[in-house]
Amino acid sequence: MLEVESLAVSYGAIKALHGIGLRVGRGEIVTLIGSNGAGKSTTLRAISGLVRPAAGSKIVYDGTSIASRPPHEIVRMGLVQSPEGRGVFPNMTVEENLELGAYVRSDRDGIDADREKALSLFPRLKERFRQSAGTLSGGEQQMLAMARALMARPRLLLLDEPSLGLAPQIVQVIFRIIREINAGGTTILLVEQNAHMALKVAHRAYVLEVGRIVMEGPAAELAASDQVKNAYMGRHA
Amino acid sequence: MDSRLGPAPPRAHWPPPRAHEQARGYYPPFTVLEKFLQTLMDGLAVGSLYALIALGYTMVYGILKFINFAHSDIFVLGAWISYATALFAGYNDLDPAAAGIQAAPFPVWVLYGLGGATFVALVVAGIPKLQGRPLSESARALLLGVTWAWACAGMALAARVLQGAGWSIVGGGAILICSMLTCGLVGFTLERVAYKPLRNAPRLNVLITAIGISLLLQNLGQLEWMFGTRPQGMPSLLPDAVLAEIGGSRPSPDADWTVQPVRIRLLDVIAAGTAIVLMLALDRLVFHTKIGRAMRAVSFSERNAALMGIPVDRVISFTFVLGSMLAAAAGFLYAQKYTKLGQTADTVWVLLGLKAFVAAVVGGIGNIRGAMLGGILIGLLEFFGVAYLIPQLRDVYVFGVLILVLLVRPGGILGSTAVEKV
Amino acid sequence: MAWSLSSRASQLGPPAAWSLVRGVLPFLACVAVAILAQVILKPFLITTLGWDFAAKMIVDVGINIVLAVSLTLVNGFTGQFSIGHAAFMAVGGYTAAAIVYYGSYRIAGNPDLAGGVLSSMLVGREAPWFTPHDLLFLVAMLAGGVVAALCGYLVGLPSLRLKGDYLAIVTLGFGEIVRVLIQSQTGDVLYDPEEIAQTPAWKLAGSLGGSLGFSGLPFYTSFFWVYLLVLVTLLLAWRIKNSSYGRALISIREDEIASEAMGVDTTRFKIRAFVLSAFLAGCAGALFAHTVGVQLNAAELGFVKSFDIIIMVVLGGLGSISGAVIAAIILTILPEALRGVAEYRMVAYAVALIVMMLVRPKGLLGVHEVWERAAWDWLLGASKRKGAGR
Repeated sequence: MLEVESLAVSYGAIKALHGIGLRVGRGEIVTLIGSNGAGKSTTLRAISGLVRPAAGSKIVYDGTSIASRPPHEIVRMGLVQSPEGRGVFPNMTVEENLELGAYVRSDRDGIDADREKALSLFPRLKERFRQSAGTLSGGEQQMLAMARALMARPRLLLLDEPSLGLAPQIVQVIFRIIREINAGGTTILLVEQNAHMALKVAHRAYVLEVGRIVMEGPAAELAASDQVKNAYMGRHA
Repeated sequence: MDSRLGPAPPRAHWPPPRAHEQARGYYPPFTVLEKFLQTLMDGLAVGSLYALIALGYTMVYGILKFINFAHSDIFVLGAWISYATALFAGYNDLDPAAAGIQAAPFPVWVLYGLGGATFVALVVAGIPKLQGRPLSESARALLLGVTWAWACAGMALAARVLQGAGWSIVGGGAILICSMLTCGLVGFTLERVAYKPLRNAPRLNVLITAIGISLLLQNLGQLEWMFGTRPQGMPSLLPDAVLAEIGGSRPSPDADWTVQPVRIRLLDVIAAGTAIVLMLALDRLVFHTKIGRAMRAVSFSERNAALMGIPVDRVISFTFVLGSMLAAAAGFLYAQKYTKLGQTADTVWVLLGLKAFVAAVVGGIGNIRGAMLGGILIGLLEFFGVAYLIPQLRDVYVFGVLILVLLVRPGGILGSTAVEKV
Repeated sequence: MAWSLSSRASQLGPPAAWSLVRGVLPFLACVAVAILAQVILKPFLITTLGWDFAAKMIVDVGINIVLAVSLTLVNGFTGQFSIGHAAFMAVGGYTAAAIVYYGSYRIAGNPDLAGGVLSSMLVGREAPWFTPHDLLFLVAMLAGGVVAALCGYLVGLPSLRLKGDYLAIVTLGFGEIVRVLIQSQTGDVLYDPEEIAQTPAWKLAGSLGGSLGFSGLPFYTSFFWVYLLVLVTLLLAWRIKNSSYGRALISIREDEIASEAMGVDTTRFKIRAFVLSAFLAGCAGALFAHTVGVQLNAAELGFVKSFDIIIMVVLGGLGSISGAVIAAIILTILPEALRGVAEYRMVAYAVALIVMMLVRPKGLLGVHEVWERAAWDWLLGASKRKGAGR
């Protein structure tokens, strides 16, 4: 569904990605783990069109090249990202945030139906429906960000650090919902620092270290490898 | 004074009417209440125009975080374009001789020339990007620009036909729309050509560019084939009548001059009414429509807005067009109220725009309702200051309040109180 | 931590006398060069070549150099954004004008030019080297600078709380207030010696011409005064840039929070930069007021004039002293050179400014000085670097 080859990105003189490659198949949950500054978010940003990849980078989504397309066109194609740090619009209500998620769509009935679906997935948001997003707790904001991304009816959902700064119980909830979303037929590319949880829900995984893919394989296999355990799961193991 | 001679005359008015009031045929009203009412009306009328201009400043600041110094020139341009279009449409009732010399060439130049200039500019900007893709962003922008330019020309022609048919009021409305469309197009072009390439540049650079554009508009406007360097009288395009009079006309105590009653003029009502309708429409647009939500999203974070599938560039262009159109409307209405048009670099007119900017800051820059409130407040402050304190200091009141507000509550009245960290 | 020029000098440790000489000698050299400009260059240009206009341009260029370099201290080094610089010029100009004009009346009974050789652009005029009136002019100029510096202190105070655009707006507002106050709240210029002799000084200070402008000022501004101030300004700016004081200012520009964390008293440094900058602008205003052919009027010292100075600073490259000088020279001469295409010159000027910002956003020299290699690398290599998008 998504094929990335020799993706390189640099910020000025600093190279953030040195030509990485990864593949996401239809219906999969693929996770990209790595420490701070490894280039995980940059990868997602490049896929979403927020940063311009270097010449020669290939990003193919559903058979079309999307490298250097503007972000709003990419969203229109069903490739939607829920950004790092949640990025909800704090001055708007939960309702308005969800409406913005459906910006690319104009089928009013479909949007309403999807909103009900999203709210049933995140019952907490239903209670806060008319509250402004800035007053929500961190976990609720994360839920809102995911619900909002779902409003665009993504076929491939990019999640950037959904567990960042959340309490362990909430993290459990979030990851359960990620599985549910995937069960509904949405492909997911998940970027995480919490390797323990990410490897639990994912089918396959890639390990990113300072701009390079250093390991890849089935999630269970990586979770079992000593290298990953030592480097990324020490806290959780 | 002997009270047996009859009722004591009211207290003499102080200060006596000033030269500019004489020239306007308007004398200060007499009693405390009359004076208050007159000041209140003037303040509200001008304040609502400030509010219209302030909206443009505040919207652009909200989205791009820079002060668009060229905005006050769009306001002046709006007044001049409505003047040019009025001549084009045959409303030259004030000075037929001057109109005969000037009427034909420059309105046509402005309307069609701008259409052509946009065309060329967008083709130049668009060609490198057009290769390989049939209808890209640039191509759409180009098409939109050209359609827009023709819409302006169409409105001007409509104004001409309407005026010829004796429907001068409707024609005035057509001229207002024409002026708004033209300024919208100018705003659109400026953003695409000058501001868009600087989207990620330091803010100082954008500010300097804005100053450059301001200079450009002022000096282009002063060219002989544009509007020239002479002030002009604005033909009256809107109906005017005295709706109500408060107090009667009577001689002053020393019988030197006649005290005029407070007049509620139809023109003021129309001007303030138009401004309020436009503001309500904008408020509705921003807070209750999809594009409005998109604007607010972009102003909070361009990156996150893009991730929602919002075409950020288009929303920014839209914001510029909207702001410029409101400024043009303010220009039109101001020129109707005070019928003297200063040359495009006239500091008095440019300063009007700057005061509207002050209004935006006082209300809380980036906050749309704040801009409306700030505009009205600044208008009232200015007129009450002139009427009750030292009249020559009208600009000092405005800028003094600006500094006070910034020191006490830097975010403005309705803005957040956070002091900006660069 | 107290970082200042003086404490640094005492730390260096060489004999006090020598450091005093090193500190003062350059200023004496400035005086010498300025005298040479006045007694050799001026007669050569005007009498030998007959280039009166060139002489006038050289004076204008000098004043603009002082303005641009002084603004560089605030906008370029410290990264604060002031758009009310012309107001300091107005304050200094009016203060000096009042002192010179009414001072001359009190001393000589008329406002005529009575300076020595150094204080005049006239040629073939018999005059001694030095007269008391030269001293009057010097005092007036310094007083103008001091009053402007006080205003600079006032404007610098809000910079404790306000940053970026907000500070810019405050300086703009301050500038407009100064302009309007001078224009509307000062009375007519007095010209009757009897009346002037009897009017108390505080009342004279309010008789500055109002909206008509301050007319009848003697033309003291000469090559000597202008280039003395230019050289002193450059020397100060250069010393500041290369001192720990200057580095503290630059650290505020680069990252105010980090600089504070490193122990720089950012508040004090910002205010000092404002005060010094305003002082120099005030002196420049004094020179401007007494220039041949200038009628001092606050109307001309509004935000438009402030913008002119900012444009010089930005075009030269924020933080580059030589850049500001070069830009001041070019932008003073350019409008005159474009006079041939009369009505289009301002249009061309505006277009040039916009294009400059689009193709060379860091100004001519960036933060470098013209004699540094980096400046030339930057000039020549900018087109390559532009591709990187930063």
